[in-house]
Amino acid sequence: MSELLQFLFSGLTVGAVYALVALGFTIIYNASDVVNFAQGEFVMLGGMITWFAHAAGLPLPLAALIAIVATAALGVAINKLAIEPARGAPVVSLIIITIGASVFLQGAAQLVFDKQIHSFPAFSGDTPLRIGGATIQPQSLWVIGGALLVFVGLWLFFTRTLLGRAVLATSNNRLAAQLVGINTNFVMTLSFALSAGIGALAGVLATPITLTAYNVGIGFALKGFAGAMLGGMGNPKGALAGGFLIGLIEALTAGYLSSTYKEAAAFVVILLVLFFMPQGLFGRKSTERV
Amino acid sequence: MKKILTTTVPAALIALGLAGAASAEIKIGASVSATGPAAFLGDPEAKTLEMLVEELNAKGGINGEQVELVLYDDGGDANKARTFATRLIEDDEVQAIIGGTTTGTSMSILAVAEDAEIPFISLAGAIDIIQPVKPFTFKTPHTDRMACQKIFEDMQKNGIQKIGMISGTDGFGASMQAQCKDVVGEYGIEIAADETYDPRDADMTAQLTKIRNTEGVQAVLNPGFGQGPSIVTRNYRQLGIELPLYQSHGVASDGFIELAGQQAAEGVRLPGTALLVADLLAEDDPQKPVVTAYKTAFEAKFKEPVGTFGGYAHDGFALLVDAVTRAGSAEPAAIRDALEQTSGLAGTTGIYTMSAEDHLGLDLSAFRMLEVKDGSWSIVE
Repeated sequence: MSELLQFLFSGLTVGAVYALVALGFTIIYNASDVVNFAQGEFVMLGGMITWFAHAAGLPLPLAALIAIVATAALGVAINKLAIEPARGAPVVSLIIITIGASVFLQGAAQLVFDKQIHSFPAFSGDTPLRIGGATIQPQSLWVIGGALLVFVGLWLFFTRTLLGRAVLATSNNRLAAQLVGINTNFVMTLSFALSAGIGALAGVLATPITLTAYNVGIGFALKGFAGAMLGGMGNPKGALAGGFLIGLIEALTAGYLSSTYKEAAAFVVILLVLFFMPQGLFGRKSTERV
Repeated sequence: MKKILTTTVPAALIALGLAGAASAEIKIGASVSATGPAAFLGDPEAKTLEMLVEELNAKGGINGEQVELVLYDDGGDANKARTFATRLIEDDEVQAIIGGTTTGTSMSILAVAEDAEIPFISLAGAIDIIQPVKPFTFKTPHTDRMACQKIFEDMQKNGIQKIGMISGTDGFGASMQAQCKDVVGEYGIEIAADETYDPRDADMTAQLTKIRNTEGVQAVLNPGFGQGPSIVTRNYRQLGIELPLYQSHGVASDGFIELAGQQAAEGVRLPGTALLVADLLAEDDPQKPVVTAYKTAFEAKFKEPVGTFGGYAHDGFALLVDAVTRAGSAEPAAIRDALEQTSGLAGTTGIYTMSAEDHLGLDLSAFRMLEVKDGSWSIVE
């Protein structure tokens, strides 16, 4: 019993990281149908900038805030300098631009910071919590809490606010959205700022567990992307469920079968789900309604 | 890095011009992975080589001849390494090559170097580089097989007979896992649990729980490098596992203690080099002056702690300088012959004695069994 609980805790810890990254994909995707492959770099920047500022002597909360704001600003810059000039290009071209942005950010990070692995202290200490014979690190609860909070925030944003609906409308039909008075340029800028900010938050929360380096972005993006696809691209509920599901499948496979198969098991499930439900578990009904 | 290179090369040329055309320059080529996935190995290697060449030239070079370093960054890409090796030999006309940060890049450089009959000193771990012996290829790091042997020797001394292994699936982890499994039988030790993790994984408690619940396991061994072993160490303490934990030489650095957390790293053992415990070495230890000099110079110049991998580059360069000095000539064939006759050369990794059958020249005594005590490394007697 305590064994199962430990596997579940392990899965939740990992899953929460995946879910947070997956949530970052949703906004840009919802605004423009673009899968932003630089999302992992935002996560990396969140961790690296926080480490850098903290090592320079700033208190951790301030360092984290600086990291999130700076990354959001970088997200806006990418949109202004790379995505906006290519407006009108097919979605595939835009996706390729985000891959370029990802390579650029990784290269820049290795020059600006360094090539070593870094971390900063966990927010509530390192003493593990014991529950029913199993243990979990307090930082895991921060990541799980962060994922839930971002999810609720996004859900409210997309369903309850005019701005959120404007984002969905822009994705659905940019011209029509412009005709009804939506400033689509602003929507794009906003979506990049939010996505980058959420990515950075993921990096800030996860780094005490996963550690960070200039090249961790790709790994995060891959697993987050898988989570988002499994749950249904663009749906916050799907991102959350997909991320946690992959984490849990991995942990349970590693625990009960063999750790050699854990990645394979997760991807077999993804393939099966996408085979029978090409839209992912939660589809994207929110925009098909129009 | 490139900037330093472009400034040292003209400087070396000017120095040469002043010294007169009589002294032909010694040209050493290097291709290391200063960027890319192996950057945290290749970066200190590149820095070490640049620093040592500068130091050597300031002291007057080898046999009165200045040394020029032609340094390329292969980014950890074996194809690029091959291209650079060809360029080093054909365009730059170097007399010897140091480099090959990873096993992959080393293998592609050695093919080119063997064809051109240019001595090559590899900085990568795999035993395949020097076994079977190739006439022009040498290497400085001990093999992962030796690391396994050193660890099992220590386990044997402590009466450990049944262990669990948790290995990274990256090249380093997978290779060492295979070597350990191959050699474990000689020590009467049984591997009762054999788990793996992806180097990008954030949590290994599931695998460790499985190992903990395996009957009779007396110790756990974790071959791997990068962030994986730090996370394994944290999770190990999180689960409250009391068994001895052995890490590999892949994480033998102060950074490991910092990343795993001082509390979690306490009691962890690993086979490391003298470089990590420079202050603790006995005064009459032949490695002490070498290790201390390198550590002081590197840390003063780059403001970062020295590591095992930069030490490999240091030793590669020291071997080469020693060989050229003894050969009294910078002809590739003469350097090769002198390299093979290296005897009792103290480096940071160990004391090198090469022979026609042994192009590594280290034995198990090069490794020191280290243990984390009160947040820093100590030597296990």
